[in-house]
Amino acid sequence: MSKPLSKEEYDKRLFNRVNGWISGEKDPFLDNMPSDHKKEAITEEELKHLYDEEKLEVVEHVQDIDHNKVYKNFFRLYRILAVICCVTLIALLLFTVSHLPPMGESTNPAHNEVVDKYVRDGLSDTGAVNIVSGMILDYRAFDTFGESNVLFIAACTVLILMRNDKKKEKNIASAIAEEEKRYEPKSDSILQKVTFFLFPIIVIFGIYVILNGHISPGGGFSGGAIIGAAFILYSNAYGFEKTEQFFTEKTYKWVSFSALTFYCLAKSYSFYTGAHHLESGIPLGVPGAILSSGLILPLNICVGMVVACTMYGFYALFKKGGL
Amino acid sequence: MLLFEYILLIFLIICAVSVSFSKNLLNSVIIFMSYSLIMSVIWILLESPDLAITEAAVGAGVTSLLFFVTLKRIKAMKEEGEQDE
Repeated sequence: MSKPLSKEEYDKRLFNRVNGWISGEKDPFLDNMPSDHKKEAITEEELKHLYDEEKLEVVEHVQDIDHNKVYKNFFRLYRILAVICCVTLIALLLFTVSHLPPMGESTNPAHNEVVDKYVRDGLSDTGAVNIVSGMILDYRAFDTFGESNVLFIAACTVLILMRNDKKKEKNIASAIAEEEKRYEPKSDSILQKVTFFLFPIIVIFGIYVILNGHISPGGGFSGGAIIGAAFILYSNAYGFEKTEQFFTEKTYKWVSFSALTFYCLAKSYSFYTGAHHLESGIPLGVPGAILSSGLILPLNICVGMVVACTMYGFYALFKKGGL
Repeated sequence: MLLFEYILLIFLIICAVSVSFSKNLLNSVIIFMSYSLIMSVIWILLESPDLAITEAAVGAGVTSLLFFVTLKRIKAMKEEGEQDE
């Protein structure tokens, strides 16, 4: 028969202690040491004073250029070595350049069967009049996929570095915002009027460059950069409150996600097939028409959307630490 | 046309050197911007308009803007702000 335990003994048993630890109770036998309050006797000001004095001493001791010989010699050596490094590098590069074959000769190693194939069969294979677009979005579409992923990863890294975590550092974030507002051009009317006329034109030009990527010079990256620059101009003139009406973190997330997913679905078969080409099934159409050259047009649009969002995202992250 | 190309190339070298020798960071960013602009004209002369468009939009536009914002962030443009007030 088990005899009834007293309340104190019951509390000390292992099961109860574990239970209490899980539910976040404080163990009465731990962390109960009388703490030393001496440290708090030094107030912050005194600490700062002490710190400053120490710093001054160290600085005087170390940066006393007139008397500190190590410091003096180090800087002399530093300058000499910097000049030597630069001169060596320049000489090396110039030497290499002098050994390069002259530009535009037919015997250059760059003129091999790959170039011939691209120039000869480019139009009939891809249907793109702009042979550069045909190359980067058809023959080498897999490389371009990696490129747009690199941009996306760069944006993610900037997000990690520059983000103001609003829950943790609310005070700091608002302080930064207030300070930024002080330096902002307060609703500059010249900038606003110019933006009012220029913004739609720039955006339409960007869309034109993207949609005509397979006909005329340009393409996804250039057009996306133009549209991103237009967004930056708009947010500069009217402030982030206006841009947040149509571009938020959610928009950025979904646009980038869907564009990259479409690109991935369309072109990542190269992981399995290697250099072999898969037919997309879309007719190539008449070369020179907008709706032609198969998958190049939708891929151009995808790249353009990712680039435009990323360009604006960079600016917003640098400026206010959030999209 | 060849003369024009040489003038542009000389401008390019002057810009590249003066970026690193300019004392004011704001000035170096603006010189860097003009470097990109000259480079984009040279891309057109080299018959690659694709690169010219990208260089003008990214090099002269977005990169310099990011530089400006960074200068503001690290308080390197403080003097200008004080003058305004």
